[in-house]
Amino acid sequence: MTGSLAIVGFGLSTIGPGLATGLIFAAYINGVARQPEARSVLQPIAFLGFALAEALALFGLVLAFVL
Amino acid sequence: MSVLLEGAEGGFTPPSSADFEFAPIWGNSILATKPVLMVGLSVIIVATFFIISARKAAIVPSRIQFLGEGIYGFVRKSLGEEVIGPEFHRFMPFLFTVFTFILTNNWFGFIPFLQFPTMSHIGFPLSITIFTYLVYHYTAVKHQGFIPYMKHVLFMPGVPKPVYVILTPIEFATYFIVRPLTLTMRLFANMFAGHLLLLVFILGGEHLIMSGALLKVFGVGSFAMSIVLSFFEFGVQALQAYIFTLLTSLYIAGSVADEH
Repeated sequence: MTGSLAIVGFGLSTIGPGLATGLIFAAYINGVARQPEARSVLQPIAFLGFALAEALALFGLVLAFVL
Repeated sequence: MSVLLEGAEGGFTPPSSADFEFAPIWGNSILATKPVLMVGLSVIIVATFFIISARKAAIVPSRIQFLGEGIYGFVRKSLGEEVIGPEFHRFMPFLFTVFTFILTNNWFGFIPFLQFPTMSHIGFPLSITIFTYLVYHYTAVKHQGFIPYMKHVLFMPGVPKPVYVILTPIEFATYFIVRPLTLTMRLFANMFAGHLLLLVFILGGEHLIMSGALLKVFGVGSFAMSIVLSFFEFGVQALQAYIFTLLTSLYIAGSVADEH
């Protein structure tokens, strides 16, 4: 079997950010469901958190190419 | 990353970072490659659009004026005023330029015939990040003074003394290394990954259609998927422009905030 371990590493590295993104949006949906008028306050926070978590997965992708 | 698929029949070469390198369109100058010309084009587009939309400003706005003011109003309200606070006016030109410039360059990935997000070359996000970096440090030094600013960054008040052993290096790294690095990498890697994803489906679809009879069906499916993903990327590209500007203005907000 031939292949690159970097791909496996990238696959593993997406688990954490995947869970994190799910948790962030779960919390956002919960918040809006409980208090719909808080949507405009929560939205930038949710997307900020999403971007921060997603960046980690993308670092994994970049490293998969670099290594 | 390309090793896995090379054993397949027909030798499909998956897209790699080599697909992001362009030869100069004319001559040998590095300034004549596609991404650099697209950056120039984006400057012309942004400038022309907003000059036209602002030139004949009327109380009852024309369509283009409405659009231009809508974009400006969005950046001003949700990225300026709500994040930075009462002192946001000074930073509006910078924030607005960053937002429109990144948005235009990202959307080049969606526009037919161009179809390449300029920001998937790390040099372009990096140069914008350098501006952000200089702006938020300069603002902080001017606003709080150099010594108090460093004291605030490195020795956060209200923390037990032994904690500084851990906290000071972390804070230093956050402000001077992690912030610019993540800002650059986020934009670059998102555009890079998005373009690569589309390449996988388009080149893969092409390869499948060229090969065996039954595989043609999957090739068509692959092309359909690439269209769906193009629209997904359209959203991601706008989101990344928004996030970059949001983080920039958050950093500036941290610089102008009074510590008392």
